Amino acid sequence: MSLSRTLATAARVIGQLRRDPRTVALLLVVPCVLILLVDQLFAGRKQVFQQVGVPMLGLFPLISMFLVTSITMLRERTSGTLERLLTTPLRKLDLLLGYGIAFALVAVVQATIVSIVGFGLLDLQAGNSKAVVVLLAVANAVLGMAFGLFVSAFARTEFQAVQFMPAFVLPQILLCGLFVARDQMADWLQWVSAALPLTYSFDALDRAAHDASLGGRFWADVGVTLGATALALGLGAATLRRRTP
Amino acid sequence: MDAAIAIRELRVVRGGTLVLPGISVSVERGLVTGLLGPSGSGKSTLIRAVVGVQIVEGGEVSVLGLPAGAAELRSRVGYVTQTPAVYADLSVRENLTYFARVLSAPQARVAEVIDRVDLGGEANRLVGRLSGGQRARVSLATALLNEPEVLVLDEPTVGLDPVLRRDLWDFFHELADGGTTLLVSSHVMDEAARCDRLLLLREGRILAALTPDALLERTHATDLDGAFLRLIEGGEAA
Repeated sequence: MSLSRTLATAARVIGQLRRDPRTVALLLVVPCVLILLVDQLFAGRKQVFQQVGVPMLGLFPLISMFLVTSITMLRERTSGTLERLLTTPLRKLDLLLGYGIAFALVAVVQATIVSIVGFGLLDLQAGNSKAVVVLLAVANAVLGMAFGLFVSAFARTEFQAVQFMPAFVLPQILLCGLFVARDQMADWLQWVSAALPLTYSFDALDRAAHDASLGGRFWADVGVTLGATALALGLGAATLRRRTP
Repeated sequence: MDAAIAIRELRVVRGGTLVLPGISVSVERGLVTGLLGPSGSGKSTLIRAVVGVQIVEGGEVSVLGLPAGAAELRSRVGYVTQTPAVYADLSVRENLTYFARVLSAPQARVAEVIDRVDLGGEANRLVGRLSGGQRARVSLATALLNEPEVLVLDEPTVGLDPVLRRDLWDFFHELADGGTTLLVSSHVMDEAARCDRLLLLREGRILAALTPDALLERTHATDLDGAFLRLIEGGEAA
């Protein structure tokens, strides 16, 4: 790989986002509004908000980056820039890491702002693990990016790419344990849930919020999240074909 | 001297259709070679095979003595796609800055190629706001950044006004005089006269590979359009 080409790609992707201030505003403002909304929804039940609020902080970036990446990469595929880039010395890894760095940086900003609202304004608690929650949010952003990259290969149009969000991410959110604790799910759902990466990201966030010691299970969750990211990036890389029909 | 591009028995199937049934042709170094033929004749497919992005069924394509698409070739072969492959949401300069870094070209080249394609006044405009012809020139400029030895251009003059088209062809010859090998596709026979050598392609077959003068002589036609017609009719009679 080439560091210079990777960084050039990251700078280019950020440059593209910068040209679209409305998207940036939506990326930063919408999560804050949603967390305020959830706070109000559970106004009399602080405990429930605490249960839901911290994982929400960590999961927003995953959804945002999934959407942004799947569309950006689809454009790259359909506009011919991907084919053009693959005829240059740019390696696939340079491209993937460039995307990863760019969206991780965006996720840092996004997660920090939502965390300030959550922890500062709305009094969410995560003990000494507030920074850990932000870091987990960034890891989830990269996971979402890797998913988005992969599914962009299966979409022909932007309409299709957007539909992959409810198809691919929503089931993971439903089954991760946020809405119904996993041990209260039907057996077969527990099995499905165990096979989905978001279950582990959620569990890590949940543990960070409640258990300051961050035990072995927490690190196992982090390991699975990172492993799933690597796997999705690998699958995504396999869809970047230099030669096409 | 070796040919810059050597194609032997190239066979390509796209979407179940046999686009190139097995053609053999070569492109000489340091010349402007025109790949002429109607739309659908297989020009883009041939060009994609030369830059190594086309899945081929059989045959061999070698560029500068290496198999097409080889990693060593990626900094030595420039490719200008038919639809401009540039980022619409970046400015002209930002696009070229990125491609310069990808191609390891010095940043000073950015301003040079912008002037070269006559977009000095538009350098800070978003590519998405430019006209089709301007966008095509940005795409061309990206391929000039690292001064490749072989430049492969897929219909680079479509949609350009006659003055620009003339300037561009003059520029291609300047590059060729400097030693660059150019393979330029076009479906406009007028442009054939601007080439040093012609490859006439029809329905995936090379009808002829010769100079424009030789084509006129061989067909006894007064213009190149007529010559192409006679070649087709002659070919079908034979």
